[in-house]
Amino acid sequence: MSMIEIKNVSKWYGTFQVLTDCTTNVEKGEVIVVCGPSGSGKSTLIKVVNALEPFQKGEIVVDGTEVNSPKTNLPKLRARVGMVFQNFELFPHLTITENLTLGQIKVLGRSKDEAVTRGLKYLDRVGLIEQKDKYPGQLSGGQQQRVAIARALSMDPICMLFDEPTSALDPEMVNEVLDVMVGLAKEGMTMMCVTHEMGFARKVASRVIFMDKGRIVEDASKEDFFGKPRSERAQQFLAKILHH
Amino acid sequence: MLGNFDFNVIERSWGYLFREGMTFTLTLTALAMTGGIFFGTLLAMMRLSSIKPLAWIAGVYVNLMRSIPLVLVIFWFYFLVPYIGAYLIGSSQPIKVGAFYSSVITFTLFEAAYYCEIMRAGIQSVSRGQVSAGYALGLDYWQVMAKVILPQAFRNMIPILLTQTIVLFQDTSLVYVLSITDFLGAASKVAQRDGRLVEMYIFAALVYFVICFGGSLLVKQLQKKVAIVR
Repeated sequence: MSMIEIKNVSKWYGTFQVLTDCTTNVEKGEVIVVCGPSGSGKSTLIKVVNALEPFQKGEIVVDGTEVNSPKTNLPKLRARVGMVFQNFELFPHLTITENLTLGQIKVLGRSKDEAVTRGLKYLDRVGLIEQKDKYPGQLSGGQQQRVAIARALSMDPICMLFDEPTSALDPEMVNEVLDVMVGLAKEGMTMMCVTHEMGFARKVASRVIFMDKGRIVEDASKEDFFGKPRSERAQQFLAKILHH
Repeated sequence: MLGNFDFNVIERSWGYLFREGMTFTLTLTALAMTGGIFFGTLLAMMRLSSIKPLAWIAGVYVNLMRSIPLVLVIFWFYFLVPYIGAYLIGSSQPIKVGAFYSSVITFTLFEAAYYCEIMRAGIQSVSRGQVSAGYALGLDYWQVMAKVILPQAFRNMIPILLTQTIVLFQDTSLVYVLSITDFLGAASKVAQRDGRLVEMYIFAALVYFVICFGGSLLVKQLQKKVAIVR
């Protein structure tokens, strides 16, 4: 059974179709990189996986749970799927430690001590343990994004979704975030990453999904995708982003 | 001209003015503010709800309250609340509410409409991404509201909430229509009794001015602080 199965998913905003008949799956331990021009629906595709965005047609199954079944306990499902956002979205009124423990305490029902221990373990892992009592506004963008990854990890997720995690960062901070992601990938975390970082894709991706105008145009191993992309659109895209 | 003034009347009535009048004014302000912000926040959540009937009901309520003079609302509630209360508990006799509770209920419900609009702006000032981040952690609607959105909405809106409270503090003087002795009512009674209208009304205006102006200076300070924290 796949970790994430996406079957014939279509989504509309009013009359505008953002996703058209998208089908793919993510096996346990796979790292999938989703790329494509802006407006191609790649962010939407990962947001429907944990039901942050509803979809009108098709089916998504995450670890055996049907996402758009009315019987599904969405908070419970989302608690098992870690998510990292483009704009970090740490809670600015809470300290770093409180950011790390809120979900653990409220959703997983862990004691405060246990939550703090776990949270700080992951904070240490992303190299920011000395920042634990600060507020998000006191950290750099790269540091905030690493905290956001630690926050997602401290929920012990079965897979992680990354929505352009480095797009809002200053260039010199991109690597500190990518390093954490590469580390995760090497440990066998199942990941679905929307990103334009092709270096990251080459290093750790199992497969690359290329989207255009709401459709999955290519779904190929990274060797095939970078070596001989089948569609013309993907070829153009790669030519543009690799030759600068 | 000032020679004819007798400001001793203030000294003589000091205890009555403050211990009775001002205590009532401040109590009513505090209760109506607390209740108003509580119900106003709930109304704001209703107005922003994706459940259309809830949003509609809250919208009608807020627009109605904001379109009627407060004095009228005070009157209506004073006369209607005993009957509504009786209807709710199934009593055949109108229940006894009393001028004090009637005024607390009225001001709470009236101010809720204004606090609602402030809290609505406050909730909308928090980015959508924060909501998504809360949901993505597995929090439910009430948890996202209580732990993520409302704390930030309050912090952003503290200056405006306080400004509205200063307006409320002044508006409480309208309880004179229910013959309740608030600060202005007390001053007015002393003025009539001792025939010292000008002195008492000057003094009352001065007291209101000092409190409200002091309050607005405090708001300015807070505004600076909130701006820095962000």
